Amino acid sequence: MTGATLVAGNGARAFRAKRDIVLPTVIFLVFALLPVFTALTAEQYLLDSATRIMVFAVAAVALDLLVGYCGLISFGHAAFIGLGAYAVGILSAEGVGDALVALPVAVAVSMLLAWITGIVCLRTKGVYFIMITLAFGQMVYFVATSLAPYGGDNGLTIAARNTIAGLALLKSDRSFYYFTLLCLLATYLLCRALIVSRFGRVLRGARENATRMATIGFTVRRFQLVAYVIAGGLGGVSGFLLGNSTEFVSPEYMSWQRSGELIVMVILGGVGTLDGAIIGSAVYLFAEEWLSRTFEAWQAIFGPLLVLVVLFARGGLIGLTAQLRRRFGHA
Amino acid sequence: MPEPVLRLEGLRKNFGSLVVTDDVTLDVVPGEMHAIIGPNGAGKTTLINQISGLIPPDEGRILFAGADVTGLPPEARALRGLARSFQITSILPGFSVLENVALAVQARAGSSLRFVGRAADEAALNLPAMAALEQTGIADRARVPAGELSHGEKRALELAIALAMQPTLLLLDEPMAGIGREETERQVELLLRLKGEMTMVLVEHDMAAVFALADRISVLIRGRVLVTGLPEAVRADPQVVTAYLGEQME
Repeated sequence: MTGATLVAGNGARAFRAKRDIVLPTVIFLVFALLPVFTALTAEQYLLDSATRIMVFAVAAVALDLLVGYCGLISFGHAAFIGLGAYAVGILSAEGVGDALVALPVAVAVSMLLAWITGIVCLRTKGVYFIMITLAFGQMVYFVATSLAPYGGDNGLTIAARNTIAGLALLKSDRSFYYFTLLCLLATYLLCRALIVSRFGRVLRGARENATRMATIGFTVRRFQLVAYVIAGGLGGVSGFLLGNSTEFVSPEYMSWQRSGELIVMVILGGVGTLDGAIIGSAVYLFAEEWLSRTFEAWQAIFGPLLVLVVLFARGGLIGLTAQLRRRFGHA
Repeated sequence: MPEPVLRLEGLRKNFGSLVVTDDVTLDVVPGEMHAIIGPNGAGKTTLINQISGLIPPDEGRILFAGADVTGLPPEARALRGLARSFQITSILPGFSVLENVALAVQARAGSSLRFVGRAADEAALNLPAMAALEQTGIADRARVPAGELSHGEKRALELAIALAMQPTLLLLDEPMAGIGREETERQVELLLRLKGEMTMVLVEHDMAAVFALADRISVLIRGRVLVTGLPEAVRADPQVVTAYLGEQME
């Protein structure tokens, strides 16, 4: 039973087992050592791909906090990425190109939007929550398309990457890569700490039995709102990184398809695991890049693959590996 | 007579055309064990749900510790000292037994917007939780996932969660439902020990348990309070015997 409950992607799982340390260590070591590999083989595109993966992993980990640990399926998470990216773009267009301003602004604006919309969204449950987060996401999208001074539909080119305290520390792709890795690590550790904290325990408890949590004295919605604001702020971080990595901002960053992709990443990797969100981002973006290169209608392949994962590996890729490990020998 | 802990005034609730709570007026005085009995469908659980705040009444008022709580959500009532157990076990199956209870302690402690530290390892929460588990006799199961407990143990966990809230009023919705004779006896013993420490409202079908425990009994028939009184008086009441107890006592 203990094994089965863990594989089911149980959000209540509190990090304790040894492999809860092993897997993230491996993930972050691979990311940390990748530039060494690319330097040796001159595979520059790999560095770009990995940067992109980490940028989206920041948002996916934050989304997993909502989907996996609160049971809140937010279908508007890309809006926060877009806001973060637009914060970089608009500030840059107005002559402010320093990360010490842009990053806090990106986070603050995203948190503010999350707070305002969260108050409304969290009055609903289940499928209505999905629909209303989608609606707010689309609202932000259309606001961005109508921002004529900042490129409107066509988007906005950013003159240069942000400086840090006036220094061009992010200029080289490699240093930007490590900066992104640092952001992902910080996001991951923050979320992990949140989940086992008193705060996180209330979220996990409400996901299992909200009525019980109310009758012992918790105003569940209040805690979910705080989680929603935190996840929104982290989406802003992801957007800050995305704007800086592509040096371009576009309303496309916050289209509902992007929000859907984020959900796919989380489900693909394994809901309620955090590690799964990173793995899911990597697999999804890698598949997108490779399959689309060889086969135009790559989604025709990827779609059925996703269906198989959802049907046969209920805990996503993380759940699948755990199942295989049990079947073939040691646990 | 002292100020009642709980006062229901003209409570009314309809589900469509079905009247489930029909002008219920009731006082529960401090320290008493007040049993509510009645046939299935009399509206006992609906009444408990209105008192704990899960269902709003259509009409009437609920006063708890002198204050009108009719419009308050369940969490606010819980923090004021109103705890309940559920007829259909309501626990967090994926959490350990200890964490189920520790969460109730945490709710009382108030500081749940704490983002660092491992809640599961906090002695300040676990020790009171452990004490509640010892009281209900399932301390040896503390580390087991709550979903793996036997039915009787789950009932004991329900009670432990409620006790950890250190309530002034405890609502017990059929705590003996579906458990064996021995476990029922243990449960009755435990409740006898708790009597006097807190005020309790007991909804129960097991008449032996009710008459062993209750200080006063209210009989609910089709949403109406037929009679409220001392156990002997209720037992002898011809109306009650016809409407309910007759079949129960055979």
